This record gives sequence, C-alpha cells and structure tokens, in this order.
Amino acid sequence: MNIKTLSASFFRIFAMLALVVFVSACARTPATDLNAGGTAAAGSQQEFLVTVGDRVFFETGSSVISATGQQTLDKQAAWLSRYSNYRIMIEGHADERGTREYNIALGARRAAAVVNYLISRGVSSTRITSKSFGKERPVAVCNDISCWSQNRRSVTVVN
Amino acid sequence: MKSLSRRSALKLGISGAAMLAAINPALALVKITVTGGNFTPLPIAIPNFASSNPAFGQQMSDIVRSNLKGSGLFSLIDTSSLPQNVGNISANPDFSIWRATGADAVVMGQVENTGQIEGSVRVWDTQAAEQVVGKSYASNSSGSRRIAHQISDAIYTSLTGEGGYFDTRIVFVAETGPKANRTKRLAIMDLDGSNLQYLTSGKTLALTPRFSANGKLLTYLNFDNGLPRVYLLDLASGRQQSIGNFGQMTFSPRFSPDGRSLVFSVEQGGATNLYAMAIGSNKPSQLTSGSAIDTGASYSPDGQKIAFESDRGGSQQIYIMGAGGGGAQRISYGKGSYSTPVFSPKGDLIAFTRQSGGQFHVGTMKPDGSSERILVSSFHAEGPSWAPNGRVIMFFKDPGGNSGPQLYSVDVWGRNEQKIQTPTFASDPAWSPLLS
Repeated sequence: MNIKTLSASFFRIFAMLALVVFVSACARTPATDLNAGGTAAAGSQQEFLVTVGDRVFFETGSSVISATGQQTLDKQAAWLSRYSNYRIMIEGHADERGTREYNIALGARRAAAVVNYLISRGVSSTRITSKSFGKERPVAVCNDISCWSQNRRSVTVVN
Repeated sequence: MKSLSRRSALKLGISGAAMLAAINPALALVKITVTGGNFTPLPIAIPNFASSNPAFGQQMSDIVRSNLKGSGLFSLIDTSSLPQNVGNISANPDFSIWRATGADAVVMGQVENTGQIEGSVRVWDTQAAEQVVGKSYASNSSGSRRIAHQISDAIYTSLTGEGGYFDTRIVFVAETGPKANRTKRLAIMDLDGSNLQYLTSGKTLALTPRFSANGKLLTYLNFDNGLPRVYLLDLASGRQQSIGNFGQMTFSPRFSPDGRSLVFSVEQGGATNLYAMAIGSNKPSQLTSGSAIDTGASYSPDGQKIAFESDRGGSQQIYIMGAGGGGAQRISYGKGSYSTPVFSPKGDLIAFTRQSGGQFHVGTMKPDGSSERILVSSFHAEGPSWAPNGRVIMFFKDPGGNSGPQLYSVDVWGRNEQKIQTPTFASDPAWSPLLS
C-alpha cells in the first residue's frame, strides 16, 4: 500500500467517523411531539399540528412553495375553513447561512408567499398576520444541510 | 536625496502602497518595509510613566503599551532592556542612547492621581532627534483608563498620521441561552472591554445597533411585540422608543452623517424597500421601489450617496445610489453574493460581507467597486463596523452549531486579526466615534 492509498483509506475512515459524530451531535428540536398527538380533539390546535402540519420548508434563498408545501397549505386552508374561529400568524424563518438583515427580509418574503397562497385557497386575509424571525430562531442546530433545511421554513401558528 | 525616517515610512505605509507609488516610485526601500506580509512594525520604547505613585505610573503605561502593541503597527522594546525605567517629560532624551535600543520612537509620560487624573505625554523621533508631539490631559478620578487611551491615541496619531481609535466604545448584541431560543440584548463597553453595561432588558430580541455620528444615540432593531421595528436609544438617559410603524416591519437602520435622519428598510407583502426619514418627522420618504429585497443601507460620509444591498438581479449584490434615491448602480461583481456594505468614515472604502465557495468573507472595495480585498475568510463572518479612523474593522465570526458568535477586529490590510473579549457570545459590533 503506497502512501496515497493509505491516506485515502484513512480519509474514508475519518470521514465515516466524522459523519457518525456529526449525526449524533446534531441536536434537533422536533417540530411537534407526534407521540403526544394520538388523541388530538377535532378542531383543536393539537389536531392542526399533528394531522395537518404547521410548517413548510424552502430551498436555499428561495420563497417558492414546493409541491409538498402546497399540499400542507391546502390541508391548512381546508382545516381553517372548517374551524373558522381561529386566526393565524405566519412566521417566516431563514437558515443561518446568510446575513442577519437579509434573512429578516427573506423570512418575510417566505411568510408573504404562504399568506398569498392561503388567501388563494380561500382563507380570509383578515384572519392572517405574519412576521419574520430571520435566522434568529432555528429549530435544528448543527453545522450541515440536514439542519439548515429544517430552519428554512414558515410556521403557521393558530390561536 | 534626503533619507526618509522610518516614522515617515510608517505614515506612508498606512496610507497604502498605491498612494506611496503615486508619491514617489523611487522609494522602493520604503515600499518593501510597509507593504503586504513584509510589513515591519515600528520599534518604540515606552518607559514606565513618571508618577508620585509609581504603581499608578506603571499601570497607566501598561495600558498604553497594550493598546499600541494591539494595533499591530508597533513593536514594543522590552522595558527591562531600556536605558531608563521611568520616563522624564522635562528633559530632552539622549537620542544616541535610545537609537542604540533599536527604538525609532520613544515615549515619555507623567501621570498623577490626586483627586483628579492628570497625564502628559511627549513622543520623540530618535532618528530625526526631534519631538513629534506633546500633550496634556485631565479628567475626574474615574477617568484614568480614558486618559491612558487618549495618550495612546496621541501617540498613534503622531506616528502614523491617522486618527486614533483607542478612546472609543463598542455596542454589540450580547447573546446567551440555547441557540434555538437565544436571548439577544444590546450591551456597551469600552474598546478594551471595561465598563460593560447592558442597554436592553433581553425580553425582546434587539439586533443591529448603530451609532449616530456624535456617539450619543443608537438606532437598532427591536422585536417590539414580536414585530421587527426600528428604535432609537439615547445613551445618556437610556430612553428607548420606536421611530413609528411603517409597513409590516422596519429594520436595518443607520444614521445619516449629520445625525438628523435615518435610512432603513420597510417590508410590506414580502417586498423590502429603502426609506429615509428626518428623525421626529414621522414622514418617511421612499428611496427604492419594486418587489426585491433592498436593505443594509449606509450613507457616504458626505451624505451624498447610499450604498445598499439588493437581490433585484437575482442574488445579493452591492449597489450605490444618490441619497435621494434613484439611479442605483451595481458595484460588486465577484463570485457569490455581497451584503452589509458600510462606508468607511474616510469615504475611501466600503466594507462588506461576501459569501462564496461555502464560506463567508469580510472585505473592502473602493466605492466604485474596484480594488476588492478580502480581509478574513471563515465558516461564518459577518457585519463589519469601522473604527473612527477608517483603518480597523470589527466584525463577528460564528463557528456554527450550538456555539455562538464572537467579535474580532482586523486592519484594512488584512493583518492583525484579534478576538475582542466579551463575557458572552457577541455579534453585530458597532464602533463608536472617538469619545473626545
């Protein structure tokens, strides 16, 4: 085994170890505690969290709502039309791989995209408010894309 | 040809190699001395300051030595090897003895602490055998560190030809608690880390503080009832108030050079545009329009232009326009995206954050976008703020994950990067003007 292959295999082992360490070090705050939601009452905030889903995710730097995101928002709109006593706050968020002020604006742009989509699905604009947290309130904390992709999100808070 | 003293060489070096070449291309020796990695700090001797309380004299001279060494422009001759342990401001130094220590400059000081603080300093050029500067200071009994910083500024200015920056304060965002729910509040401290005070309670997120030109006011972003709003804070009284509710959110504020108005971003329906408003007028005027994100505005020191970042072309880039809005011209053209432009107080450079190749960089460019220079590259570096002399930049770096940001400084030549000690994680530094 020459030096080159030795160092290559060394690198592979190191990379694997690093991956293991990374995954275990990646502390994720779950979006919702799914186990606690087994008996969510119909029309409750808990039902919204568990069976509808309160968040959609975005690509880096983008405010385009994905097909998956549209499905979630369609369910949100249907639920909100059934339970018309709720108002909603749309929170826009960005990941940490951007500058602070731009990310506040980017979170707002994502929130606005969600607001517009929900209005297009029949939710009254008078029931909706929105705000941006920029990159200040991550839910997933680690140094790779597995966390960043969870933080590029909008969250629909019903109250 | 009259030979150039090394002190003069330092002055020219601070001005930059390009300017040096313009002055006299024949001064090749000097150029080697002061450009790039070959920079040689100016050797300087500072015996302990004379005082009827020798411990006080040593304490004050220690602060001065620490300041000058920290600037990266001076090398301090070991005090134990000096021909004279304690300075004497009354006599002319014996220059041949001081030249023998290798010192190009020698500093003599005297300080007294008798109810009030008094300090005097004389700086001598050992090569030219002449006094460079002589100054005296006084303050009340609590001002001893400031006197030491003012003496440091006098020495720095006399030897470099640039303004000083030691008698300044830093406002920053002090960060505590878990990353997902971090408390972020404004704190102020002297540049050397002493006299730290918190300015906001931490109940709301407070971000991006900026000083007014006279150093008496701050403007910052406060999440007032959860919504980002531009606030003003009077440092003397501690009074804090919103500038008014415009659009969905207001953020990214900065003072005009005359301190009378603010420029800031207003978000409405996902579009973010720039507005300017005379403080107290409650009548913002719109500077940019469209559906893009326009933010990070910064006035040129003459108040005539505004640099800002916009993603109107697809990615974040830096633009310059007239202070009244309109005619924006893109000036950043390197790979990746550019953000957080800030005009130097001298107006000769714009500091920025750049993202490229999976890294963050802090750098400078001329206001026409030319002569880009990357000063720092890191996993995450952001948010440059200028020292009042326009020759040092403070910013923050964040290693990511559960860790947090820390403040750093670097000079405009990309040398002398230093960590600024803070008691907690810290971000968004704002460097005050000189306090006096």
